[in-house]
Amino acid sequence: MAEIVGAYFTSHVPAIGNAIHKGLQQDPYWKPFFDGYPPVQQWLAKTKPDVAVVFYNDHGLNFFLDKMPTFAVGAAPQYDNADEGWGLPLFKSFEGHPALSWHIINNLVEDEFDITTCQKMLVDHALSIPFELVYPDADAWPMKLVPIAINTVQHPLPSAKRCLALGRAVNKALRNWAGDERIVVMGTGGLSHQLDGERAGFINAAYDTFCMDNLSVDPDALTRDSVHEMVRKSGTQGIEVLNWIAARGALGEGPATELHRNYHIPISNTAAATMVMEPGVLVPA
Amino acid sequence: MTTPTERPEPIPGTHLFDGEAAAKGFEINAMCYSFNDAANRQAFLDDEDGYCAKFKLTPPQRDAVAKRDVLGMIAAGGNIYYLAKLAGIFGLNVQDVGSMQTGLTVPEFKAMLLAQADQIKQLEKANG
Ligand SMILES: [Fe+2]
Repeated sequence: MAEIVGAYFTSHVPAIGNAIHKGLQQDPYWKPFFDGYPPVQQWLAKTKPDVAVVFYNDHGLNFFLDKMPTFAVGAAPQYDNADEGWGLPLFKSFEGHPALSWHIINNLVEDEFDITTCQKMLVDHALSIPFELVYPDADAWPMKLVPIAINTVQHPLPSAKRCLALGRAVNKALRNWAGDERIVVMGTGGLSHQLDGERAGFINAAYDTFCMDNLSVDPDALTRDSVHEMVRKSGTQGIEVLNWIAARGALGEGPATELHRNYHIPISNTAAATMVMEPGVLVPA
Repeated sequence: MTTPTERPEPIPGTHLFDGEAAAKGFEINAMCYSFNDAANRQAFLDDEDGYCAKFKLTPPQRDAVAKRDVLGMIAAGGNIYYLAKLAGIFGLNVQDVGSMQTGLTVPEFKAMLLAQADQIKQLEKANG
């Protein structure tokens, strides 16, 4: 039977890609951020997942506004990165897991989530940067990918409650998958930031802390605000926390244990965060 | 008769990219989406007028692009993720774009971001 080893959450700020490319990990601006990742690397080395189910949002690489799915599940044998228009280095491709993708798709539709399916799908920095951060020396990513894109760009966006429910339905699908894969779930983006408007540069550590404090023990607490109120508290792009909420749902309905957290202001225009959780309550040794 | 859903309290300095904006901004966002291709970025630099005409930018969109007026582009329906691709052509990053929207200089905008690290200290103080 497949095992869900845990969840990894991280910001995916594009500038991180350039910092990695230029080797700035020890630079005073970047160090407090990059220092948050060795514990995640060690946790992954120990838990050795072979599949990642990743909740993220596309930033105008794969999806344009002519067709904008609320939830889209990848079912491709391979996912490539491509030129995003502003000079990021090209990232490595991912191997897909079409059989597991279709299993998730079948289960989600059975559970009345009317998702979009994608047999071809480019993946942008929101997918690549989380992997670059935790496998800095890999020639190829050590696991297969099932990407699940959530629309966080064009309102109306799905509610936090709906994203948590989507994640929980993915968890149900993973638990009844007959394979023996070790699965890590991931949520990328956030935390608070705003790129556009006169309020550009907005950051809200109090709200981010509320989200991080509750995500493991009471994720439903994050679903009580409307998307509009969440944007007020987290910024127009901080709403990417929806990806974290969905990923937390995919970890399962029960309590989870927070193993690691790093939070740093600012990286680029963003309050950058990373967390690791495992399902269940860990009893201290 | 259906009544339109009540609009929630606006968020100061914030322009939600909703259906109305997406419809109004389709052309400028389509042009910016084309900048995922390096040849198209070059074509824009070679002939900005011709390239904007090809994408049928509306007059407010064309005007905002000509003036490099980010808030004007947003008012004309531009979405920041797409506009960032246009900014990239000019070598501008999100701090530059932040400065252009807030009236701060780029160093001031960066200093404002750095100063927000204080929020963490304040929270730690409040929680003992
Ligand atoms: Fe993002």
